[in-house]
Amino acid sequence: MPHTSTTEELEIIEAGGGGKPPSFPGRDDDGSPSGRSGIPQRVYVTGIAIGMGAILMFFMAFASAFIVRKGVGSDWQAFPMPRILWLNTLILLASSVTIVRARHFFARGDRESFRHWWTVTTILGFLFLAGQLIAWRQMVISGFYLATNASGSFFYVLTAAHGLHLLGGIVALLYVGRGKLRRLTFATATEITSVYWHFMDGLWVFLFLLLLLGR
Amino acid sequence: MSSHASPVHHSEAPKGWIRHYIFSLDHKIIGTQYILLGLSAVTIGVILSVIMRIHLAWPNVHIWGFANGVVSPEDYLRVITMHGTLMVFFVLTTVPQSGFGNYFLPIQIGAPDMAFPTLNMLSFWLTFVSMLVLLSSAFVPGGSPISGWTAYAPLSAVGEIAGPGQGLGQTLWAVSIALFCGASLMSAINFLGTTIDLRAKGLSLMRMPLTVWGWFITASLALLAFGVLLAACILLLLDRLAMTSFFIPGGEMVSGVLLKHAGGSPLLWQHLFWFFGHPEVYIAILPAMGIISHVLSTFSRKPVFGYKAMVYSLSAIGFLSFMVWGHHMFISGMNPYSALTFSILTLVIGVPSAIKTFNWLGTLWGARIHFTAAMLFAIGFVSLFVTGGLSGIFLAQPALDLYLHDTYYVIGHFHLIMGVAAIFAMFAATYYWFPKMFGHMMNETLGKIHFWMTFVGVYCIFMPMHYLGYAGDPRRYALTDSVHYLARLQPVYVFISIAAFVTAAAQLFFYFNFFWNIKHGKKAERNPWRATTLEWQVSTPVPHDNFAGHYPTVYRGPYEYSVPGAAEDFTPQDVAPEQVAKA
Repeated sequence: MPHTSTTEELEIIEAGGGGKPPSFPGRDDDGSPSGRSGIPQRVYVTGIAIGMGAILMFFMAFASAFIVRKGVGSDWQAFPMPRILWLNTLILLASSVTIVRARHFFARGDRESFRHWWTVTTILGFLFLAGQLIAWRQMVISGFYLATNASGSFFYVLTAAHGLHLLGGIVALLYVGRGKLRRLTFATATEITSVYWHFMDGLWVFLFLLLLLGR
Repeated sequence: MSSHASPVHHSEAPKGWIRHYIFSLDHKIIGTQYILLGLSAVTIGVILSVIMRIHLAWPNVHIWGFANGVVSPEDYLRVITMHGTLMVFFVLTTVPQSGFGNYFLPIQIGAPDMAFPTLNMLSFWLTFVSMLVLLSSAFVPGGSPISGWTAYAPLSAVGEIAGPGQGLGQTLWAVSIALFCGASLMSAINFLGTTIDLRAKGLSLMRMPLTVWGWFITASLALLAFGVLLAACILLLLDRLAMTSFFIPGGEMVSGVLLKHAGGSPLLWQHLFWFFGHPEVYIAILPAMGIISHVLSTFSRKPVFGYKAMVYSLSAIGFLSFMVWGHHMFISGMNPYSALTFSILTLVIGVPSAIKTFNWLGTLWGARIHFTAAMLFAIGFVSLFVTGGLSGIFLAQPALDLYLHDTYYVIGHFHLIMGVAAIFAMFAATYYWFPKMFGHMMNETLGKIHFWMTFVGVYCIFMPMHYLGYAGDPRRYALTDSVHYLARLQPVYVFISIAAFVTAAAQLFFYFNFFWNIKHGKKAERNPWRATTLEWQVSTPVPHDNFAGHYPTVYRGPYEYSVPGAAEDFTPQDVAPEQVAKA
């Protein structure tokens, strides 16, 4: 299988990676695989971990605003929790299981099963987003528009912000699933995508509980 | 010098002019772009302050650019808002961190580039767009917002009934700041990832130059703070555009109109804003502290006194910065016990700050000081840091703050410690690194004239403001001559204004020195200051991948000046122990 110097295809890793690409001799160069760029792959793992810290603070700001706004406002009305959110939560939890399966098969070099479970995860992600849109419809049906009451405003803000971040995860899933990468190796790409995906899952569980118990 | 003959990192330097100078992935170009962006912003900001000073000292003088030449009270507030926003975000946040940090962080740690070059380019261009959006507010109906750089709700949230500029202008402000938050977050990820993973062999944490420590801690603060401001801006925009009630209370009457919003909390905006806003102060000053330590050590020809204490105090200041936001809100009606807590935590910051100050003095103590322009600005920084810091201890007392809040005392305080001190660090950094960036020397005589005029000038501007504050002079008032007790302070206004004009004019020496010498300055050697850190060991101009494939190994700490027994008075970080020439 021929390959260019800028694109890594999924097949290559199964062939054992070929020659070691040129690498930037970092502080503790442990011979871990480097991408085509020569930048060690661990920076991408570090980068996603740091990025998750920023995302966490962003959502914590909303969460504390939610708690404060509920505490000081005398106009707070609890909205009925859209029933479909329970199903959505289950779907997202399931997708965390399927992505673990996918990585399991990736580590064993089973390409077919990897692709299969990776695709299932992607589909579950889309299903979750579709379910969130239905939840918005259910909110509208119970009379809560964006500006009806601050409780509903927070519902829309939190779900929209989470949905957009999750959409980023879906884009990553699709990009990795397409099978061609630049700079990243497949091992790194699947690792950071799944770490981010679990994070989105955990974040949703937190937001779900916040909305459920705090509304 | 140890070398690893490995190929250049991503690619050759791009050939096309646009890929090379405009949409560049090279951290050195991006750093320069940030510095030029900051230079444009600071130029506009200084022009705006000159307008303010003319208007305050001589209210009847006509000024070009305003309707009939008259600066109305609304115009004055517009000018204040734009001055503050430009200076805080696009100068103080941008230049010391994204500008000099981008340029020198990878070189100082022996890396080929930032960890995520494309993200780096995106950060810059998002910052650029953000500034354009902000400036565009001056050209829309109603003009720029009048709510100051803190944009306190509810008047920032209710739209144009709150005054001209509170319509589209304020919306553009919020969009601009939201974009800026996104850019800063991406930039912070890059700085942290690069410092954690791309350090050269042998460069342990406690061998990093203090500049790198400054940028590292600042990036951590930016990472945790800007997400909160982004969230606040989104809620503000929803209140403005989607009729939600996050910040607007019920029964609010503005300009005789009863608003339909209900139950929101204006204080919520203050909490969110200052939770970002206080770390933001340190985002401006921590890189400056790193740069100052670095420059002081180089020109004292001595190691930084108490290197580890410097690292720990930087970290302590960064940590504490997230716990003191309430001291901006003492008069908001908070529980006195909360105020006491915030007050004590604020005073605690004095401890690491004092450690830093004494260590700077310890570095200077007994040194054979080389009084270059860079060194003068570094010493000037220490002076300003002490002066501005001491007035902070006064303001940290809730009882005193009740009186001093929103007076000129506060203006004098934060301009000295945050504004001018950080600007002095930028000047020190420019005089220090210019030879490496452009391959030519700046003129030292012009630099010294620039320093003395600026140093004396800023004290003449900002020290009398403390006096105005004691006299009860409120900030943000466009006209004071019709208020009896303030009218008597008019001579002080005139004095400050004259000092401001002289100081602003002194910057022309800098502009000339900077732009002329990019091409015409004396040719710079590789290491004109005989400094130890890695950026001075590579050739000038710095190669595209910084080390031309020969990545260094680090053998020692960053400030080995005047080591006993060595032939030279400096030992570069990448010289192996057996290669150090003996005296």
